[in-house]
Amino acid sequence: MPDVRLVNVTKRYGKIVAVDGVNVHIYDKEYFSLLGPSGCGKTTLLRLIAGLVQPDEGEVYIGDRLVNDVPPEDRDIGFVFQTFALFPHMNSWDNVTYGPRVKGFDMKKAETIGHEVLDMVRLHERLDAYPNELSGGMMQRIAVARALAAGSKLLLLDEPLGQLDAKVRNELRYEIRRMTKDLELTAIHVTHDQAEAMAISDRIAVIKKGKILQVGTPKELYMTPKSVFIAHFIGESNFLEGYVSNLSRTGAIIELRGGIKVQARVPKNIEKGDRAVLAIRPETFVIEKGMKRIKNSILGIVERITFEGTNIRYEIRLRNEDSVVVVRPSLVEEWLKVGEKVTLSFSHENTHVFAYPEAGLREELTVE
Amino acid sequence: MLEPKIAKALDKLSSKTAIKNTVYIVSIIIFFALILLPPILGIIIKWGSIEDVLNQPKLMSEAFNAIAASFAVAFFVSFIDVVAGVPMAWMITRGKSKWLSVLDTLSDIPFIVPTATLGYSLLLFWSEAGGLSSLFGASFVSPGWLLVILLHFTFSFPVVVRVMVGALLDYELEYEQAARTLGAAPLTADRTVTFPILKHSLIASFTLAFARSLSETGATMMVAGVFVHGPIFIKNHIGEAGTLVFVSAILIALSSIVFVTIRLLGPRLKMPVRKVWPVTERKLSSSTIASSRNGITLLVFFVIVLVPSLFVAVPAFEAIFTGVLPEALGRVGVWGDYWQSISLSYFVGIVVTLLNVVIGLPMAIIIARRKIGNGPSAVLDVLVNIPIIVPSVALGASLAIFWENFAFMPDVLLLIFAHLSITYPYFVRSMSAAVERIGMELEEAGRTLGAKPLGVFRTIIFPLTKYSMLSGAIMMFTRSVSETGATLVVSNLVTAPVLLVNWVENGVPTSTLGLGCGFLILFSFTILLVLRLVVKGRGSY
Repeated sequence: MPDVRLVNVTKRYGKIVAVDGVNVHIYDKEYFSLLGPSGCGKTTLLRLIAGLVQPDEGEVYIGDRLVNDVPPEDRDIGFVFQTFALFPHMNSWDNVTYGPRVKGFDMKKAETIGHEVLDMVRLHERLDAYPNELSGGMMQRIAVARALAAGSKLLLLDEPLGQLDAKVRNELRYEIRRMTKDLELTAIHVTHDQAEAMAISDRIAVIKKGKILQVGTPKELYMTPKSVFIAHFIGESNFLEGYVSNLSRTGAIIELRGGIKVQARVPKNIEKGDRAVLAIRPETFVIEKGMKRIKNSILGIVERITFEGTNIRYEIRLRNEDSVVVVRPSLVEEWLKVGEKVTLSFSHENTHVFAYPEAGLREELTVE
Repeated sequence: MLEPKIAKALDKLSSKTAIKNTVYIVSIIIFFALILLPPILGIIIKWGSIEDVLNQPKLMSEAFNAIAASFAVAFFVSFIDVVAGVPMAWMITRGKSKWLSVLDTLSDIPFIVPTATLGYSLLLFWSEAGGLSSLFGASFVSPGWLLVILLHFTFSFPVVVRVMVGALLDYELEYEQAARTLGAAPLTADRTVTFPILKHSLIASFTLAFARSLSETGATMMVAGVFVHGPIFIKNHIGEAGTLVFVSAILIALSSIVFVTIRLLGPRLKMPVRKVWPVTERKLSSSTIASSRNGITLLVFFVIVLVPSLFVAVPAFEAIFTGVLPEALGRVGVWGDYWQSISLSYFVGIVVTLLNVVIGLPMAIIIARRKIGNGPSAVLDVLVNIPIIVPSVALGASLAIFWENFAFMPDVLLLIFAHLSITYPYFVRSMSAAVERIGMELEEAGRTLGAKPLGVFRTIIFPLTKYSMLSGAIMMFTRSVSETGATLVVSNLVTAPVLLVNWVENGVPTSTLGLGCGFLILFSFTILLVLRLVVKGRGSY
């Protein structure tokens, strides 16, 4: 069964290290996403698994088989390209049945598979159409059908939804997941869209500058990010700089700029007196009108309000001149006004404390 | 600060529709008046004289044989060119060795060496005592049809390589990778995906090689022996208007039919992509087979193309040590005529290049940007290609007939007009393709930021197309310097290639001829080197 293991895999292009000593195990029948900003090496990683590029160091296993020297056609994979790469001189039917034909299946079997996958993507009526006669969504479905028809149990998807409109993208991402689960495939999906990865993945690997920073379920990554970058890249966070002024078993006291002291979760790998970054999700703040004396709270003034439909987004300037974003359900609560004084409070359970990044906070948060 | 002021004034003028349209209309009028119509009218004017030929069945049959020989050679050679040139282009673009860049440059040598020089070089290599024949004690390949085929292969091979290298560099590798991930062996992926997608380039490379072979005159005359093809037949009958018109008209008509057929049927040509032989094709994709293919390709290139092309360097080197060099530099004997002919060739080349840039640039923009509407611009796009497909000797013959009606026309102007016609399409084609590659939105961005049309050209189009313009200009220049067929028939002026053909016919000593060719090669190399320095990177022009 096709689980995939990468052991110390490195790939360099000249001086640039595209993939840097990656170790990861993707389980059989898992829907796994490689998530990261542009240029982080996630596509290179997928192409290493497909055999489209060769590693400089390390080992790639598909099942129990070491495939470093195995050409792509012998790896038994299905690959969906970002540009779809549908053969422009073949119609949908010839594109979809290409895999079974080149693998030497008899014509009857190739045709049966072709009909099955076209049914699956609901495009049977367009089997005579050439790629330039199909919409983006249809091309994407034919590309998936073509990869599925090759009969592999390992499906590799390189930003398969990247070229589609937001609405079509949202519909197709669930459709792809449903198909892979119905067919019991192992799927590895490359994307830079964290919402897409969160919505469809069993597990996600977050990659930055060629390295895997954290692997986990969407919930784990959201609830227990291991670094400032993950807290920033998965969901949204406010980051406040300060020092660890006290540490106990139950919690830590973080002194923010301007001498504001707040309670936070016990940090890992950080000691009393160390410089720290406090991360708080925008939706975990409780916001009240006026200046109130509440435990674990900070005073501020509403600077900007943005209506986002489901939510309303407040930008609050704190009394120490730091700014935070607070998100509240728009239809449930009474809206605040710009210039209004407010009190923000939060539970220490909803905070994360990280050691201050060596390269600086701004550099750590860069996604380019 | 005069220059910015002039530029500003010209920019302002360019936004006036009347001025813009005048430039376009003038360039179209010049195209019809100087390039397209004279050769056609030349034939029409003397149409009546073909009766002289029709009354001589023997002459007519000789003419038909010569024309048939031309087409047979062109078809055969172009086919072999594609078979041998595609693996070469493949190796240059897909290989990983740093030497491939050198191989890429070497593959251009026969392209840039004047064909008359190439002809003599091949004659020495295959046929004369100093070459391969010295190993066999007799002429290895005597002048005749086989040597003509070897010659045509040598000079048209780089055309195929150049076109296919460009096509392979532009090709989206993801199609091939997709085929591989679906289980196709490399050969299957290439046969069913890559080549069908590159079908247009394959057809274009065949067509260009075909046109090149059909046109060649000077070098062919050196190696032909008793073999006679269309251009040689015309050369042998200079002065007989009826024969010139008859053969030229048939050559022009037949080549037009061939090219229109290729243009119409080419896109409909279906390659067998549905049938697959997985086991056999997998075996044929093995690294051993691929290495053997590369080995054979290199062998063919070095033995049949490169070494024979440069073989003339041997007597040229001998000449340096035998006192011929001081004679040459001192303009002693035949060398006076030689330097005069070289000056004339380069003078005509420079004038023709400059004129074509001026009149060809607006035409390239009209075609690329559909300035006069889709339909008429597409028609112009087809019409500018006509001089490429017409054999140059036929073009020269009909031009000569047309312009002889203008008694005041000096010979050198006639020569310039003939070369203008022959080289015009090369520049317009490469420039219009380069302009087409630049997204319209870049021009629109310039306009929305306040640039006038000429300002957009100066600041956006020109900087992005200057390499294409330069390579187009160098192609025109080398083509003009190499031109023999049309030159022979339009005037009595002796350009360098014509002089070399005369030297071969008059039995000038090998060392003199070798050195004469050597100088031309040296100049061509210098041009190639400049081109490479200006346009860095392989296959980029």
